[in-house]
Amino acid sequence: MSESSPPHPVTTEAPPIRALLTLAVLALTLVLLIAPLAVVFAEALRDGLSAALASLTERDAWSAIRLTLFVAAVSVPLNAIVGLAAAWAIAKFDFRGKAVLITLIDLPFSVSPVVAGLALVLLYGSHGWLGVWLQAHELKIVFAFPGLLLATLFITFPFVARELIPVMTEQGRAEEEAALTLGASGWHMFRTVTLPNVHWALLYGVLLCNARAMGEFGAVAVISGKIRGQTTTMPIMIEMLYNEYLSVAAFSMAALLAALALLTLALKSLLEWRHADLLSATRRH
Amino acid sequence: MHIDIDEISKSFGTTPALHPVSLSIPSGAMVSLLGPSGSGKTTLLRILAGLEQPSAGRVLLDGRDATGTPVQQRRTGFVFQSYALFRHMTVFENIAYGLRARPRRARPRSAEITRRVERLLELIQLPQIAARYPSQLSGGQRQRVALARALATEPRMLLLDEPFGALDARVRRELRAGLREIHDATGLTTVFVTHDQEEAMTLADRVAVMSMGRIEQVGAPAEIRNRPATDFVRRFVAPSADIAPAVGRAILDSTTAPR
Repeated sequence: MSESSPPHPVTTEAPPIRALLTLAVLALTLVLLIAPLAVVFAEALRDGLSAALASLTERDAWSAIRLTLFVAAVSVPLNAIVGLAAAWAIAKFDFRGKAVLITLIDLPFSVSPVVAGLALVLLYGSHGWLGVWLQAHELKIVFAFPGLLLATLFITFPFVARELIPVMTEQGRAEEEAALTLGASGWHMFRTVTLPNVHWALLYGVLLCNARAMGEFGAVAVISGKIRGQTTTMPIMIEMLYNEYLSVAAFSMAALLAALALLTLALKSLLEWRHADLLSATRRH
Repeated sequence: MHIDIDEISKSFGTTPALHPVSLSIPSGAMVSLLGPSGSGKTTLLRILAGLEQPSAGRVLLDGRDATGTPVQQRRTGFVFQSYALFRHMTVFENIAYGLRARPRRARPRSAEITRRVERLLELIQLPQIAARYPSQLSGGQRQRVALARALATEPRMLLLDEPFGALDARVRRELRAGLREIHDATGLTTVFVTHDQEEAMTLADRVAVMSMGRIEQVGAPAEIRNRPATDFVRRFVAPSADIAPAVGRAILDSTTAPR
């Protein structure tokens, strides 16, 4: 939350320059952010709302929507828990291999998603290192739901931890130690001090993680095998429909995916707005 | 509570923070650990609280070995250097924290908690700030809230880490008197860490002067001032007004004089 603005402007630029800069920012926002989004929705509704809805309720499309939501519903909580644990360990303790752990957390950011997907295929595929063993035990990972989940977990791994590490590092251990000297058990301390102190950062990390989990294309495309109605998530479905010149169906799906992302952002704004009093009182973010 | 520190040593990795130190703190005393930064005084205080484990040696509380007792069961009231108030809780919730953290059967009823918190707010002479958040308090108010929070659980000893470090001179004098009053009223064994020799000398019954992880001398303030046991103690406790011009001149001479 921004602090209240000073009574007198501290900027010294002349009004025309200020107006020009503001206009430039607005124009950029329009061109880079709003226009593409508007085009997606306009194309989706070109043949009317009912056509768009019909394309979404078509069997394969509906299966892609369900699959995407399911992958996100499983991977986001897992990454939230693991990210929270990793951030806590990194921010509050010193241990051997800490630098390595930080680098590993960043790895999914630096590796191309396609490479990540390919690596999973090479590891778990039928000709892969673990493929023979997996086949012997009738476990199917590549071209199936577990593969999609693994790829999504890998890609979204850094989001929660990266949001939390700076906040937790800045806050230090003192409040947690205070809770312990006051007799709180480890779990009570975590619930009443650690978690409330980072819950905005955690929420933000989870939202970013969720947006990426639903939108991930590269890694998931490689490992899914693109089996229509079985392993196609929404982004893959969009690409397939677009390549088949089914533009209303493609853009309807794209509009829905964008709407899901906008919904999570709206949710975050709503939460921030509802807790504005506490936020300003405790001066976080 | 009688505290015995028996040959405690501590090292972080290969860096020694405390060489074996021993110190006996009689019940109800107010003792200061005095020393420059890096002398090991805070480490020793944290070992007393159970926030650090010693590498060797024992902590005896009322004659009983408490070295392995977890921090939650030590029942120490600890005031942290930066106070470490819970920033997302009101002053009331901060002070009530220790009581609410107790297991259900040992937890006082809500009305009793309210009564106790109100009494503590009276004790620190801030009855009107219960609903505020720590960020809305002055430094001196925060320090007093931290003290009230530490006292709320009825601790067996009070440990304070540089309790007046971040305050201006006037507030510091006021709060020193306040701490002494609270100590005399509760009779709690109190140990505080400071680097300010004047603070240690005016407030404590006994002072332990520390340097480089060792206790150089333990004694009443007058004793330490009049009969310093080592050169370090003599230099460290010399009233700053008397020594400052001489030191200043010496520094000036050494930096400006041609060699």
